[in-house]
Amino acid sequence: MITIENISKRFRKLQVLDNISAQFEKGQVVSLIGPNGSGKTTLIKSILGMVRPESGKIIVDGKPVSENPNYREQIGYMPQIGRYPDNMKIGQLFEMMKNIRNMDGKQIDNELIVQFELEKMFHKPMRTLSGGTRQKVSAALAFLFDPKILILDEPTAGLDPLASEILKEKIIREKAKHKLILITSHILSDLDDLTTHVMHLQEGKLMFFKDIGTLQEETGEIKLGKAIAKIMKGEMPDGSWINNIFQLGQTEEKK
Amino acid sequence: MIKLSKYVLYDILRSKIIIAYTLFLLVVSFSLFNLEENESKAVLSLLNIILIVLPLVSIVFGTIHYYNSYEFIELMLAQPMSRQKIILSEYAGVAFSLASAFLIGVGIPVLLFSFNATGMALLLTGFLLTLVFTSLAFLASVKARDKARGIGIALLLWFYFALIYDGLVMLILFNFSDYPLEKITLLLTALNPIDLARVFIMLKMDVSALMGVTSALYKDFFGNITGILFTTGIMLLWAIIPLWLAVRGFKRKDI
Repeated sequence: MITIENISKRFRKLQVLDNISAQFEKGQVVSLIGPNGSGKTTLIKSILGMVRPESGKIIVDGKPVSENPNYREQIGYMPQIGRYPDNMKIGQLFEMMKNIRNMDGKQIDNELIVQFELEKMFHKPMRTLSGGTRQKVSAALAFLFDPKILILDEPTAGLDPLASEILKEKIIREKAKHKLILITSHILSDLDDLTTHVMHLQEGKLMFFKDIGTLQEETGEIKLGKAIAKIMKGEMPDGSWINNIFQLGQTEEKK
Repeated sequence: MIKLSKYVLYDILRSKIIIAYTLFLLVVSFSLFNLEENESKAVLSLLNIILIVLPLVSIVFGTIHYYNSYEFIELMLAQPMSRQKIILSEYAGVAFSLASAFLIGVGIPVLLFSFNATGMALLLTGFLLTLVFTSLAFLASVKARDKARGIGIALLLWFYFALIYDGLVMLILFNFSDYPLEKITLLLTALNPIDLARVFIMLKMDVSALMGVTSALYKDFFGNITGILFTTGIMLLWAIIPLWLAVRGFKRKDI
Protein backbone atom coordinates (compact mmCIF):
# COMPACT_ATOMS: atom_id res chain seq x y z
CA MET A 1 0.00 0.00 0.00
CA ILE A 2 2.82 2.38 0.82
CA THR A 3 6.14 2.10 -0.97
CA ILE A 4 9.04 4.25 0.11
CA GLU A 5 11.91 4.37 -2.35
CA ASN A 6 15.27 5.78 -1.33
CA ILE A 7 14.05 8.95 0.29
CA SER A 8 16.50 11.41 1.78
CA LYS A 9 15.87 14.66 3.58
CA ARG A 10 18.19 17.13 5.22
CA PHE A 11 17.35 20.17 7.29
CA ARG A 12 20.34 22.38 6.65
CA LYS A 13 23.33 20.42 7.99
CA LEU A 14 21.32 17.70 9.66
CA GLN A 15 20.61 14.59 7.63
CA VAL A 16 17.18 13.61 8.98
CA LEU A 17 16.40 10.80 6.56
CA ASP A 18 19.19 8.96 4.83
CA ASN A 19 18.22 6.85 1.83
CA ILE A 20 15.30 5.01 3.39
CA SER A 21 13.32 2.36 1.55
CA ALA A 22 10.46 0.25 2.84
CA GLN A 23 7.26 -1.40 1.80
CA PHE A 24 4.13 -1.46 3.94
CA GLU A 25 1.18 -3.69 3.16
CA LYS A 26 -2.37 -3.76 4.47
CA GLY A 27 -2.99 -5.76 7.60
CA GLN A 28 0.37 -4.71 9.00
CA VAL A 29 0.85 -2.78 12.20
CA VAL A 30 4.24 -1.21 11.83
CA SER A 31 5.96 0.17 14.91
CA LEU A 32 8.38 2.94 14.07
CA ILE A 33 10.93 3.11 16.83
CA GLY A 34 14.11 5.01 17.45
CA PRO A 35 15.49 7.70 19.74
CA ASN A 36 14.31 11.31 19.64
CA GLY A 37 15.41 13.02 16.47
CA SER A 38 15.91 9.79 14.56
CA GLY A 39 13.56 10.91 11.79
CA LYS A 40 10.34 9.07 12.70
CA THR A 41 8.10 12.11 12.48
CA THR A 42 9.86 13.38 9.36
CA LEU A 43 9.22 10.03 7.69
CA ILE A 44 5.55 10.21 8.64
CA LYS A 45 5.27 13.79 7.45
CA SER A 46 6.90 12.81 4.16
CA ILE A 47 4.23 10.17 3.64
CA LEU A 48 1.60 12.82 4.32
CA GLY A 49 3.26 15.25 1.92
CA MET A 50 3.91 17.83 4.63
CA VAL A 51 7.66 17.47 4.26
CA ARG A 52 9.14 17.30 0.79
CA PRO A 53 12.08 14.89 0.56
CA GLU A 54 15.04 15.95 -1.57
CA SER A 55 15.27 12.67 -3.38
CA GLY A 56 13.36 9.42 -3.64
CA LYS A 57 9.73 8.59 -4.12
CA ILE A 58 6.80 7.71 -1.91
CA ILE A 59 3.98 5.78 -3.54
CA VAL A 60 0.62 5.26 -1.88
CA ASP A 61 -1.81 2.92 -3.61
CA GLY A 62 0.22 3.02 -6.80
CA LYS A 63 0.40 6.80 -7.06
CA PRO A 64 3.31 9.07 -6.14
CA VAL A 65 2.31 11.37 -3.26
CA SER A 66 3.71 14.48 -4.91
CA GLU A 67 1.20 14.34 -7.76
CA ASN A 68 -2.31 14.33 -6.39
CA PRO A 69 -3.42 15.08 -2.83
CA ASN A 70 -6.45 12.81 -3.08
CA TYR A 71 -4.56 9.84 -1.67
CA ARG A 72 -4.92 11.52 1.72
CA GLU A 73 -8.59 10.51 1.71
CA GLN A 74 -7.32 7.06 2.66
CA ILE A 75 -5.22 8.30 5.56
CA GLY A 76 -6.17 9.10 9.12
CA TYR A 77 -3.39 11.04 10.81
CA MET A 78 -2.95 11.66 14.50
CA PRO A 79 -0.13 14.18 15.00
CA GLN A 80 2.31 14.16 17.89
CA ILE A 81 1.14 17.58 19.01
CA GLY A 82 -2.35 18.31 17.75
CA ARG A 83 -2.69 21.99 16.95
CA TYR A 84 -6.11 23.35 16.09
CA PRO A 85 -7.65 26.75 15.38
CA ASP A 86 -7.92 28.38 18.81
CA ASN A 87 -11.28 30.01 18.35
CA MET A 88 -13.02 26.92 17.13
CA LYS A 89 -15.12 24.77 19.44
CA ILE A 90 -14.69 21.00 19.45
CA GLY A 91 -18.11 20.47 17.88
CA GLN A 92 -17.39 23.01 15.14
CA LEU A 93 -14.06 21.35 14.44
CA PHE A 94 -15.71 17.98 13.83
CA GLU A 95 -18.42 19.61 11.72
CA MET A 96 -15.80 21.41 9.66
CA MET A 97 -13.76 18.27 9.04
CA LYS A 98 -16.85 16.38 7.91
CA ASN A 99 -17.84 19.24 5.66
CA ILE A 100 -14.37 19.58 4.14
CA ARG A 101 -14.10 15.86 3.49
CA ASN A 102 -17.57 15.91 1.90
CA MET A 103 -18.80 13.47 4.48
CA ASP A 104 -22.01 15.26 5.42
CA GLY A 105 -24.59 12.60 6.10
CA LYS A 106 -22.25 9.75 5.19
CA GLN A 107 -21.32 6.95 7.52
CA ILE A 108 -18.63 8.01 9.93
CA ASP A 109 -16.89 6.26 12.78
CA ASN A 110 -17.61 8.18 15.94
CA GLU A 111 -16.83 5.36 18.34
CA LEU A 112 -13.95 7.26 19.90
CA ILE A 113 -16.00 10.45 20.27
CA VAL A 114 -18.50 8.43 22.27
CA GLN A 115 -15.97 6.48 24.32
CA PHE A 116 -13.86 9.55 25.15
CA GLU A 117 -17.09 11.39 26.05
CA LEU A 118 -16.13 14.27 23.80
CA GLU A 119 -19.75 15.13 23.05
CA LYS A 120 -20.09 16.67 26.50
CA MET A 121 -17.29 19.06 25.59
CA PHE A 122 -18.51 20.03 22.12
CA HIS A 123 -19.13 23.61 23.24
CA LYS A 124 -15.59 24.13 24.58
CA PRO A 125 -13.17 26.22 22.51
CA MET A 126 -10.00 24.41 21.47
CA ARG A 127 -7.72 26.88 23.27
CA THR A 128 -9.10 25.90 26.68
CA LEU A 129 -8.38 22.20 26.28
CA SER A 130 -5.72 20.30 28.18
CA GLY A 131 -3.02 18.39 26.33
CA GLY A 132 -4.73 15.08 26.99
CA THR A 133 -8.11 16.23 25.70
CA ARG A 134 -6.42 17.56 22.59
CA GLN A 135 -4.88 14.11 22.08
CA LYS A 136 -8.35 12.61 22.39
CA VAL A 137 -9.68 15.00 19.78
CA SER A 138 -6.74 14.15 17.49
CA ALA A 139 -7.38 10.43 17.93
CA ALA A 140 -11.11 10.77 17.28
CA LEU A 141 -10.39 12.79 14.13
CA ALA A 142 -7.88 10.24 12.83
CA PHE A 143 -10.43 7.42 13.05
CA LEU A 144 -13.45 9.51 12.05
CA PHE A 145 -13.51 8.75 8.33
CA ASP A 146 -12.76 5.04 8.62
CA PRO A 147 -9.52 5.36 6.60
CA LYS A 148 -7.62 2.41 5.13
CA ILE A 149 -4.32 3.71 6.48
CA LEU A 150 -3.84 5.01 10.01
CA ILE A 151 -0.77 6.99 10.95
CA LEU A 152 -0.44 7.55 14.67
CA ASP A 153 2.45 9.63 15.99
CA GLU A 154 2.94 8.93 19.70
CA PRO A 155 -0.75 8.16 20.18
CA THR A 156 -0.67 7.35 23.88
CA ALA A 157 1.60 10.20 25.02
CA GLY A 158 -0.37 12.44 27.35
CA LEU A 159 -3.40 10.19 27.61
CA ASP A 160 -4.57 8.90 30.96
CA PRO A 161 -4.45 5.08 31.46
CA LEU A 162 -8.17 4.68 30.80
CA ALA A 163 -8.12 6.67 27.55
CA SER A 164 -4.91 5.01 26.48
CA GLU A 165 -6.54 1.59 26.96
CA ILE A 166 -9.60 2.68 24.94
CA LEU A 167 -7.34 3.83 22.14
CA LYS A 168 -5.33 0.61 22.17
CA GLU A 169 -8.47 -1.48 21.95
CA LYS A 170 -9.66 0.67 19.08
CA ILE A 171 -6.38 0.14 17.27
CA ILE A 172 -6.70 -3.64 17.76
CA ARG A 173 -10.24 -3.55 16.32
CA GLU A 174 -9.01 -1.60 13.28
CA LYS A 175 -6.14 -4.03 12.86
CA ALA A 176 -8.68 -6.84 12.61
CA LYS A 177 -10.28 -4.95 9.69
CA HIS A 178 -7.08 -5.43 7.74
CA LYS A 179 -5.92 -1.85 7.75
CA LEU A 180 -2.39 -0.60 7.55
CA ILE A 181 -1.41 1.06 10.80
CA LEU A 182 1.81 2.98 11.41
CA ILE A 183 2.63 3.81 15.01
CA THR A 184 5.54 5.57 16.60
CA SER A 185 5.98 5.26 20.31
CA HIS A 186 8.63 5.19 22.97
CA ILE A 187 6.51 3.07 25.25
CA LEU A 188 7.31 -0.34 23.84
CA SER A 189 5.01 -2.16 26.22
CA ASP A 190 2.13 -0.29 24.57
CA LEU A 191 3.08 -1.73 21.21
CA ASP A 192 3.44 -5.30 22.41
CA ASP A 193 -0.01 -6.66 21.62
CA LEU A 194 -0.37 -4.62 18.42
CA THR A 195 2.76 -4.83 16.38
CA THR A 196 3.30 -7.12 13.44
CA HIS A 197 6.41 -5.35 12.11
CA VAL A 198 9.13 -3.24 13.64
CA MET A 199 10.98 -0.51 11.80
CA HIS A 200 13.97 0.88 13.63
CA LEU A 201 15.48 4.23 12.70
CA GLN A 202 18.60 5.80 14.08
CA GLU A 203 20.02 9.14 13.00
CA GLY A 204 17.96 9.00 9.85
CA LYS A 205 19.16 5.56 8.84
CA LEU A 206 17.04 2.45 8.65
CA MET A 207 18.60 -0.03 11.07
CA PHE A 208 16.15 -2.84 10.38
CA PHE A 209 12.62 -3.57 9.25
CA LYS A 210 11.49 -7.00 10.40
CA ASP A 211 8.32 -8.78 11.31
CA ILE A 212 7.80 -9.61 14.93
CA GLY A 213 8.13 -13.38 14.45
CA THR A 214 11.62 -13.07 13.02
CA LEU A 215 12.56 -10.70 15.80
CA GLN A 216 11.37 -13.10 18.48
CA GLU A 217 13.14 -15.98 16.81
CA GLU A 218 16.41 -14.13 16.47
CA THR A 219 16.47 -12.92 20.03
CA GLY A 220 14.61 -15.68 21.81
CA GLU A 221 12.52 -13.06 23.60
CA ILE A 222 8.75 -12.75 23.44
CA LYS A 223 8.38 -9.22 24.77
CA LEU A 224 9.08 -6.53 22.20
CA GLY A 225 11.02 -4.39 24.66
CA LYS A 226 13.38 -7.19 25.60
CA ALA A 227 13.85 -8.33 22.03
CA ILE A 228 14.79 -4.87 20.89
CA ALA A 229 17.01 -4.27 23.87
CA LYS A 230 18.89 -7.45 23.02
CA ILE A 231 19.39 -6.42 19.41
CA MET A 232 20.51 -2.97 20.40
CA LYS A 233 23.03 -4.32 22.89
CA GLY A 234 24.43 -6.67 20.30
CA GLU A 235 24.48 -4.18 17.50
CA MET A 236 25.62 -1.01 19.05
CA PRO A 237 26.95 0.09 22.40
CA ASP A 238 25.20 3.48 22.36
CA GLY A 239 21.73 1.96 22.31
CA SER A 240 21.43 2.56 26.03
CA TRP A 241 18.31 4.71 25.66
CA ILE A 242 16.25 1.64 25.06
CA ASN A 243 17.35 0.10 28.36
CA ASN A 244 15.85 2.98 30.27
CA ILE A 245 12.53 2.57 28.56
CA PHE A 246 12.69 -1.15 28.95
CA GLN A 247 13.32 -0.80 32.68
CA LEU A 248 10.54 1.75 33.01
CA GLY A 249 8.23 -0.66 31.24
CA GLN A 250 9.17 -3.39 33.68
CA THR A 251 8.54 -1.33 36.77
CA GLU A 252 5.18 -0.36 35.38
CA GLU A 253 4.32 -4.00 34.86
CA LYS A 254 5.28 -4.87 38.44
CA LYS A 255 2.93 -2.25 39.78
CA MET B 1 -12.07 26.19 -2.36
CA ILE B 2 -15.11 28.31 -1.60
CA LYS B 3 -15.87 25.99 1.29
CA LEU B 4 -12.42 26.56 2.77
CA SER B 5 -12.59 30.32 2.21
CA LYS B 6 -15.87 30.34 4.08
CA TYR B 7 -14.15 28.96 7.17
CA VAL B 8 -11.32 31.47 6.76
CA LEU B 9 -13.84 34.30 6.54
CA TYR B 10 -15.75 33.01 9.52
CA ASP B 11 -12.54 33.00 11.53
CA ILE B 12 -11.67 36.56 10.43
CA LEU B 13 -15.10 37.93 11.30
CA ARG B 14 -14.87 36.49 14.78
CA SER B 15 -11.68 38.41 15.54
CA LYS B 16 -13.58 41.72 15.04
CA ILE B 17 -10.49 43.54 13.74
CA ILE B 18 -12.10 43.80 10.32
CA ILE B 19 -15.23 45.33 11.85
CA ALA B 20 -13.12 47.90 13.71
CA TYR B 21 -11.30 48.70 10.44
CA THR B 22 -14.62 49.18 8.62
CA LEU B 23 -15.91 51.49 11.34
CA PHE B 24 -12.67 53.46 11.34
CA LEU B 25 -12.91 54.02 7.58
CA LEU B 26 -16.58 54.97 7.89
CA VAL B 27 -15.92 57.52 10.62
CA VAL B 28 -12.94 59.06 8.80
CA SER B 29 -14.76 59.29 5.48
CA PHE B 30 -17.96 60.73 6.91
CA SER B 31 -16.17 63.29 9.03
CA LEU B 32 -13.96 64.42 6.13
CA PHE B 33 -16.96 64.87 3.86
CA ASN B 34 -18.75 66.82 6.56
CA LEU B 35 -15.79 68.98 7.56
CA GLU B 36 -14.67 70.05 4.10
CA GLU B 37 -16.81 72.51 2.19
CA ASN B 38 -15.63 71.24 -1.15
CA GLU B 39 -16.17 67.52 -1.78
CA SER B 40 -13.15 67.33 -4.09
CA LYS B 41 -10.97 68.67 -1.26
CA ALA B 42 -12.49 66.02 0.98
CA VAL B 43 -11.64 63.32 -1.55
CA LEU B 44 -8.07 64.63 -1.65
CA SER B 45 -7.70 64.42 2.14
CA LEU B 46 -9.35 61.01 2.11
CA LEU B 47 -6.93 59.89 -0.60
CA ASN B 48 -3.94 60.85 1.51
CA ILE B 49 -5.25 58.95 4.52
CA ILE B 50 -6.17 55.91 2.46
CA LEU B 51 -2.80 55.73 0.75
CA ILE B 52 -1.10 55.43 4.13
CA VAL B 53 -3.60 53.44 6.18
CA LEU B 54 -4.94 50.94 3.66
CA PRO B 55 -1.59 49.40 2.63
CA LEU B 56 -0.47 49.30 6.26
CA VAL B 57 -3.61 47.57 7.51
CA SER B 58 -3.71 45.14 4.57
CA ILE B 59 -0.12 44.04 4.87
CA VAL B 60 -0.02 43.79 8.67
CA PHE B 61 -3.40 42.11 8.95
CA GLY B 62 -2.55 39.69 6.14
CA THR B 63 0.71 38.67 7.79
CA ILE B 64 -0.74 38.28 11.27
CA HIS B 65 -3.67 36.32 9.90
CA TYR B 66 -1.34 33.92 8.11
CA TYR B 67 0.57 33.14 11.28
CA ASN B 68 -2.59 32.87 13.34
CA SER B 69 -4.06 30.34 10.95
CA TYR B 70 -0.97 28.21 10.89
CA GLU B 71 -2.75 25.53 12.92
CA PHE B 72 -5.63 25.54 10.46
CA ILE B 73 -3.19 25.24 7.55
CA GLU B 74 -1.44 22.35 9.27
CA LEU B 75 -4.73 20.58 9.84
CA MET B 76 -5.77 21.04 6.21
CA LEU B 77 -2.46 19.72 4.89
CA ALA B 78 -3.25 16.27 6.27
CA GLN B 79 -6.55 16.31 4.35
CA PRO B 80 -7.04 15.48 0.69
CA MET B 81 -6.44 19.02 -0.49
CA SER B 82 -3.71 20.56 -2.60
CA ARG B 83 -1.43 23.16 -1.12
CA GLN B 84 -2.34 25.63 -3.81
CA LYS B 85 -5.98 25.36 -2.87
CA ILE B 86 -5.23 25.89 0.81
CA ILE B 87 -3.11 29.01 0.35
CA LEU B 88 -5.41 30.53 -2.26
CA SER B 89 -8.43 29.98 -0.01
CA GLU B 90 -6.61 31.80 2.76
CA TYR B 91 -5.79 34.62 0.36
CA ALA B 92 -9.34 34.82 -0.93
CA GLY B 93 -10.71 35.00 2.61
CA VAL B 94 -8.35 37.76 3.71
CA ALA B 95 -8.56 39.81 0.51
CA PHE B 96 -12.34 39.53 0.40
CA SER B 97 -12.79 40.70 3.98
CA LEU B 98 -10.33 43.60 3.65
CA ALA B 99 -11.83 44.68 0.33
CA SER B 100 -15.36 44.51 1.75
CA ALA B 101 -14.29 46.60 4.71
CA PHE B 102 -12.91 49.21 2.31
CA LEU B 103 -15.90 49.16 -0.04
CA ILE B 104 -18.30 49.61 2.88
CA GLY B 105 -16.18 52.01 4.92
CA VAL B 106 -15.16 54.31 2.08
CA GLY B 107 -17.55 53.21 -0.65
CA ILE B 108 -20.78 54.25 1.05
CA PRO B 109 -19.63 57.80 1.95
CA VAL B 110 -18.13 58.30 -1.52
CA LEU B 111 -21.33 57.17 -3.22
CA LEU B 112 -23.32 59.54 -1.01
CA PHE B 113 -21.13 62.64 -1.25
CA SER B 114 -18.91 62.34 -4.28
CA PHE B 115 -20.53 60.15 -6.89
CA ASN B 116 -18.31 61.06 -9.88
CA ALA B 117 -15.26 59.93 -11.83
CA THR B 118 -12.83 60.86 -9.06
CA GLY B 119 -14.84 58.98 -6.47
CA MET B 120 -15.01 55.90 -8.66
CA ALA B 121 -11.28 56.10 -9.34
CA LEU B 122 -10.68 56.23 -5.60
CA LEU B 123 -12.78 53.11 -5.02
CA LEU B 124 -11.16 51.21 -7.86
CA THR B 125 -7.59 51.96 -6.79
CA GLY B 126 -8.37 51.34 -3.11
CA PHE B 127 -9.78 47.94 -4.00
CA LEU B 128 -6.75 47.09 -6.13
CA LEU B 129 -4.31 48.34 -3.49
CA THR B 130 -5.95 46.00 -0.97
CA LEU B 131 -5.31 43.04 -3.29
CA VAL B 132 -1.72 44.14 -3.88
CA PHE B 133 -0.79 44.53 -0.24
CA THR B 134 -2.53 41.32 0.81
CA SER B 135 -0.42 39.52 -1.81
CA LEU B 136 2.73 41.14 -0.48
CA ALA B 137 1.70 40.10 3.04
CA PHE B 138 1.35 36.47 1.95
CA LEU B 139 4.68 36.58 0.17
CA ALA B 140 6.38 37.97 3.27
CA SER B 141 4.79 35.36 5.57
CA VAL B 142 5.52 32.38 3.34
CA LYS B 143 9.13 33.40 2.85
CA ALA B 144 9.90 34.34 6.44
CA ARG B 145 10.85 31.61 8.86
CA ASP B 146 9.04 32.94 11.92
CA LYS B 147 6.38 35.39 12.98
CA ALA B 148 8.70 38.20 14.07
CA ARG B 149 10.61 38.15 10.80
CA GLY B 150 7.42 37.93 8.79
CA ILE B 151 5.84 40.97 10.38
CA GLY B 152 9.18 42.79 10.22
CA ILE B 153 9.45 42.19 6.48
CA ALA B 154 5.83 43.24 6.01
CA LEU B 155 6.42 46.53 7.84
CA LEU B 156 9.60 47.15 5.88
CA LEU B 157 7.77 46.62 2.60
CA TRP B 158 5.11 49.10 3.66
CA PHE B 159 7.75 51.57 4.78
CA TYR B 160 9.50 51.23 1.45
CA PHE B 161 6.44 51.72 -0.72
CA ALA B 162 4.77 54.39 1.39
CA LEU B 163 7.76 56.53 2.34
CA ILE B 164 11.22 55.56 1.16
CA TYR B 165 10.36 55.10 -2.51
CA ASP B 166 9.18 58.69 -2.91
CA GLY B 167 12.44 59.92 -1.44
CA LEU B 168 14.40 57.85 -3.94
CA VAL B 169 12.34 59.15 -6.85
CA MET B 170 12.88 62.73 -5.70
CA LEU B 171 16.60 62.07 -5.51
CA ILE B 172 16.68 60.75 -9.07
CA LEU B 173 14.56 63.59 -10.44
CA PHE B 174 16.67 66.16 -8.65
CA ASN B 175 19.99 64.81 -9.85
CA PHE B 176 18.95 64.31 -13.43
CA SER B 177 16.78 67.37 -13.79
CA ASP B 178 18.72 68.48 -16.88
CA TYR B 179 17.40 65.53 -18.86
CA PRO B 180 13.90 64.90 -20.18
CA LEU B 181 12.47 62.63 -17.49
CA GLU B 182 8.77 62.41 -18.33
CA LYS B 183 8.80 58.84 -19.64
CA ILE B 184 11.13 57.63 -16.90
CA THR B 185 8.96 59.18 -14.23
CA LEU B 186 6.03 57.29 -15.65
CA LEU B 187 8.00 54.06 -15.39
CA LEU B 188 9.10 54.88 -11.86
CA THR B 189 5.49 55.49 -10.91
CA ALA B 190 4.48 52.09 -12.21
CA LEU B 191 7.10 50.49 -9.98
CA ASN B 192 5.24 51.58 -6.86
CA PRO B 193 1.54 50.72 -6.57
CA ILE B 194 0.92 53.47 -4.03
CA ASP B 195 2.40 56.16 -6.29
CA LEU B 196 0.49 54.80 -9.22
CA ALA B 197 -2.75 55.06 -7.26
CA ARG B 198 -1.94 58.60 -6.17
CA VAL B 199 -1.08 59.87 -9.64
CA PHE B 200 -4.08 58.15 -11.17
CA ILE B 201 -6.53 59.80 -8.80
CA MET B 202 -4.82 63.19 -8.65
CA LEU B 203 -5.07 63.52 -12.41
CA LYS B 204 -8.80 63.01 -12.19
CA MET B 205 -9.00 66.08 -9.97
CA ASP B 206 -8.89 69.78 -10.69
CA VAL B 207 -5.69 70.17 -8.66
CA SER B 208 -3.75 68.48 -11.46
CA ALA B 209 -3.71 71.82 -13.27
CA LEU B 210 -1.34 73.08 -10.59
CA MET B 211 1.27 70.45 -11.22
CA GLY B 212 3.01 72.07 -14.17
CA VAL B 213 4.19 70.88 -17.56
CA THR B 214 4.72 67.23 -16.69
CA SER B 215 1.14 66.86 -15.68
CA ALA B 216 0.05 67.77 -19.19
CA LEU B 217 1.76 64.64 -20.45
CA TYR B 218 0.31 62.62 -17.61
CA LYS B 219 -3.12 64.01 -18.08
CA ASP B 220 -2.97 62.87 -21.68
CA PHE B 221 -1.90 59.42 -20.61
CA PHE B 222 -4.00 58.80 -17.51
CA GLY B 223 -6.98 60.89 -18.54
CA ASN B 224 -8.45 58.49 -21.05
CA ILE B 225 -9.35 54.83 -21.13
CA THR B 226 -5.75 53.70 -21.70
CA GLY B 227 -4.90 55.24 -18.33
CA ILE B 228 -7.53 53.20 -16.56
CA LEU B 229 -6.44 50.03 -18.31
CA PHE B 230 -2.78 50.78 -17.64
CA THR B 231 -3.38 51.44 -13.93
CA THR B 232 -5.63 48.40 -13.48
CA GLY B 233 -3.25 46.18 -15.43
CA ILE B 234 -0.13 47.23 -13.53
CA MET B 235 -1.91 46.94 -10.18
CA LEU B 236 -3.19 43.48 -11.04
CA LEU B 237 0.36 42.49 -11.95
CA TRP B 238 1.42 43.83 -8.56
CA ALA B 239 -1.18 41.57 -6.96
CA ILE B 240 -0.65 38.46 -9.08
CA ILE B 241 3.16 38.25 -9.16
CA PRO B 242 3.74 38.30 -5.38
CA LEU B 243 0.80 35.93 -4.88
CA TRP B 244 2.21 33.55 -7.48
CA LEU B 245 5.60 33.67 -5.76
CA ALA B 246 3.90 33.02 -2.42
CA VAL B 247 2.01 30.00 -3.79
CA ARG B 248 5.21 28.65 -5.31
CA GLY B 249 7.09 29.12 -2.03
CA PHE B 250 4.27 27.55 -0.03
CA LYS B 251 4.20 24.47 -2.27
CA ARG B 252 7.86 23.80 -1.58
CA LYS B 253 7.73 24.50 2.10
CA ASP B 254 8.15 21.90 4.84
CA ILE B 255 5.47 22.26 7.46
